[in-house]
Amino acid sequence: MEWEIVMGLEVHTELATKTKIFCGCSTEFGGEANTHVCEICSGMPGTLPLLNRRVVEFAIRTGLATHCDITRKNKFDRKNYFYPDLPKAYQISQLYFPICRNGYIPVTGADGAPKKIGIHEIHMEEDAGKLIHDAFTDSTLVDYNRCGVPLLEIVSEPDFRSAAEVIEYLEKLRAILQFTGVSDCKMQEGSLRADVNLSVRPKGQTAFGTRTEMKNLNSFRAIQRAIAYEAERQIELLEDGGEVVQETRRWDDNKGISYAMRSKEDAQDYKYFPEPDLPPIEISEETIERIRASMPELPEQKKRRYTEELGLPEYDTSILTSEMAYVKLFEATVALCDSPKDVANWIMGEVMKLLSATATLPENMPLTPEALAAVINMVRAGKINRGTGKTVLEKAFCDGVDPEQYVAAHNLAQITDLSALRPVLEEVIAANEKSVSEYKAGRTQAMGYIMGQAMRALKGKAPAQEVQKLLHEMLD
Amino acid sequence: MQIDKDLVMYLEKLGRIELSEAQRAATEKDLQDILTYIDTLNELDTDGVEPASHSFPIANVMREDEVTNTARPEAILQNAPNSRDGCFVVPKTVE
Amino acid sequence: MDIRDMTALELGRAIRAGSVGVREAAESYFAAIEAHDALYHCYNTVCKDEALARADEVQKGIAEGRFTGALAGVPIGIKDNICTKGIRTTCSSKILENFVPTYDATVMQRLEKAGMVMLGKLNMDEFAMGSTTETSATGITHNPWDPDRIPGGSSGGAAAAVAARLAPVALGSDTGGSIRQPASFCGVSGLKPTYGAVSRYGLVAYASSLDQIGPLGRNTDDCAALFAVIEGKDPMDGTSADHETFSFDAAAAGEIRGKKIGIPADYLGEGIAPEVKQAVLDAAEVYKALGAEVEIFPMPIVKYAIPAYYIIACAEACSNLSRYDGIKYGYSSPNAESLLETYIRSRSEGFGMEVKRRIMLGNFVLSSGYYDAYYNKALKAKRLISKAMDDAFRRYDMLLGPVAPTAAMKIGESLSDPLKMYLGDIYTVMINIAGVPALAVPCGFTSDGLPLGMQLIGKPYAEAEILAAAKAYQSATDFHKKFPTLQ
Repeated sequence: MEWEIVMGLEVHTELATKTKIFCGCSTEFGGEANTHVCEICSGMPGTLPLLNRRVVEFAIRTGLATHCDITRKNKFDRKNYFYPDLPKAYQISQLYFPICRNGYIPVTGADGAPKKIGIHEIHMEEDAGKLIHDAFTDSTLVDYNRCGVPLLEIVSEPDFRSAAEVIEYLEKLRAILQFTGVSDCKMQEGSLRADVNLSVRPKGQTAFGTRTEMKNLNSFRAIQRAIAYEAERQIELLEDGGEVVQETRRWDDNKGISYAMRSKEDAQDYKYFPEPDLPPIEISEETIERIRASMPELPEQKKRRYTEELGLPEYDTSILTSEMAYVKLFEATVALCDSPKDVANWIMGEVMKLLSATATLPENMPLTPEALAAVINMVRAGKINRGTGKTVLEKAFCDGVDPEQYVAAHNLAQITDLSALRPVLEEVIAANEKSVSEYKAGRTQAMGYIMGQAMRALKGKAPAQEVQKLLHEMLD
Repeated sequence: MQIDKDLVMYLEKLGRIELSEAQRAATEKDLQDILTYIDTLNELDTDGVEPASHSFPIANVMREDEVTNTARPEAILQNAPNSRDGCFVVPKTVE
Repeated sequence: MDIRDMTALELGRAIRAGSVGVREAAESYFAAIEAHDALYHCYNTVCKDEALARADEVQKGIAEGRFTGALAGVPIGIKDNICTKGIRTTCSSKILENFVPTYDATVMQRLEKAGMVMLGKLNMDEFAMGSTTETSATGITHNPWDPDRIPGGSSGGAAAAVAARLAPVALGSDTGGSIRQPASFCGVSGLKPTYGAVSRYGLVAYASSLDQIGPLGRNTDDCAALFAVIEGKDPMDGTSADHETFSFDAAAAGEIRGKKIGIPADYLGEGIAPEVKQAVLDAAEVYKALGAEVEIFPMPIVKYAIPAYYIIACAEACSNLSRYDGIKYGYSSPNAESLLETYIRSRSEGFGMEVKRRIMLGNFVLSSGYYDAYYNKALKAKRLISKAMDDAFRRYDMLLGPVAPTAAMKIGESLSDPLKMYLGDIYTVMINIAGVPALAVPCGFTSDGLPLGMQLIGKPYAEAEILAAAKAYQSATDFHKKFPTLQ
């Protein structure tokens, strides 16, 4: 039998606000335990939440970028459950009136035709704290630093039919979130997390099969592997006459397997009800238009502008707009050296090579636009050659050196004073009598060897064209 | 609404409390009395009435995204029954 | 004149005039507390050292012109569910027996600015759940008019302290009558402000959509003066309202002539003690004599207020009280090995029976399968109750009615039958559901000499109007001037 995989995604993204959703604590990642915590986010008796205006703005930006309807009268609800990472024992979320509904993100379908993945809703909520297992005492330590960090939960329709669609959707969603400034989407820091709901059904059947939910997917690769594993597990189960149990499964990326966390039978009753401590948020047409007008450019808009205004080929624009980090580096560097195609080439060539060689994620880009612009300007001015440029760029990338100072300190600049070349070439000619006489006897290939020796003696710092011209003058 | 012991025990579980057998029996009766009285609300015609979660039309109360708090881990942990290394301590949580 | 015989405003005037010292005022109250509170148990915590140090500071501040308000230097008692930085705040619950807040409630900051001096923290029903102060884990407060009787609740300690002159004024909280009913049982005045008029930041939540902090005092002027200190928009409370500033002068003017007062017929029906009913009707006559129009009108929605109230209050309470888990603060059971045991044992050992009952009721009305039939139904009833109130206020400037069906009960009478205790809230809970202000004032005595109270119910933010109406009544009567003889 041929099987079809059906998937839906629940994506949680931490917002790039300065402060938490309901208090004035910093959202900065890291820091000593419980140092970004106050009475409000630690759930002290008597405290009340106060909504961060920017969270609403970011939610609207995301909704507009994903073609959603914006809910005009928003309310918050309490989701009640006991767990030590949730100090109030309820999470303030939105169940009944989520801020965005009914949107989509376009992807490429199986046959290459365009396809829309529906977005069921986007809602605002707060993150939970961190639990650290203390093996020494066999107890758990609780840190509330992340508690109350604003989240958007983006819930898709069950429209995915392949892992490729899932990855494309996530890449596009991530680009949207990054480009709109809503989130930095760092998966290792947990600021982008995806849960995959997956079921299988015989091809042609319209009813959905029983689904499972997979959690703890910390990279795109993990998502791909977990989907393959879970689809195969369910198909095998069904083909052996078994049944899929509706449950939450945790992916173990080291072992490459998932295992059941809890089944639907002991599902919790979250007792949702309207949050009485927060008045409703009413969003006017003017607010939506103001936010729309001030939206940062989205990837598609940037691509178009790069083609039309900067004359870049489509291949380049696609690569550059695939990551906010590339866009930032590209735009800032172009502003400094005004040579879009050169900048694009350097980023797509050397910079990406260095990222991959050093296993650095683009969002952690160590290279500054100033350094890249300096290298490009020096190469373009002929002050250094391309090979030296690559060396200097690597130094700037890995050690943060200033390219111009580095070139000066290591005496890497091209010899531009031609009179300085002649004595060096005379020495080369003197030292390679045999080749010189062969050349003079008409074996023109010998010139190649002499050139090589000359460049070596010059440590590559002279323009090859000039060297060759001078050698001809001296020998012909 | 009919209350029975199983429902009382389920409500204990939801509220993370545990009653003695005597308390449970008394609670069954008390909840039954209260809910029977509460059920008089069914006489009130609420067809087409919008639920009211807030009393007055206050809306759009928000704060600006500015950091106002400084680190005060000692204050946050001051009332904790059990703390270590700047953290609250709980018995091992099992996945 | 004895310091304790003065109203808060009189004492404030004497302090500003220099005839009474701030420390002297506080000391005379501490002497009385030491002499009498062992019997009445109004206070959970007495803060003598802190108060005397503060008194000296305030005295200096008055001399330097930093404190100029009407209540500067006046002592005050605070209900034990209002957070006080560095001072134990227990909510009269074992689960918070050692909880010391790290911050001050907004109302405490306002009192601080006004130069008031806190005497201590007042007893209450556990987490404000109850109307007798018998659910307190710290012991029962006794009614100063008859120590065998309850003071009412949940702000029983506050009302009893004001009545017994163990505090000139106090702050209580009112979720379903918790200021007005004990005020009525103890023969003092108490104001439940409009929802949102006073910041709830720092008030330990019972039912967030109903809770309000309010003043208790010996007369309406004291309540008005204290309300003027604590009211107003607070950026820390998103539900606090940005309304016109309260005018003490308008409240103190005591004008009632030409006003229309409605009495809901359903406030005088089945279940009301004849003496209570008569006292309210007598008050209506006083108002007529003062030039007001009084009319009885039907308000059939009254009977649905109790069911709606208990559904909404318990639902919010079960969520608000889930944070007490033995991990972050408060009581943690020493008998727990696992996480689940920490939760269950800390909560089972830390909460009293009434709190557990309401948590269970709240869990029931919110649980899947019952939400629509109970919780959502109650929110619809809430809309209809607000609408009925709006309609009444289109015809009347204010409403008048009893506070409770009876005078104060004997200790132990109510606890055995929770439903009966809940039914005693019939005249008060509707006001919290509608969010409007109401003021309880003494309006007579039973044949046994127990105080009786009535309440004036106003339009949203019309505190000045009902305070003025009550002031007019108090100018014509002297029920509020009677003191119980302490034992």
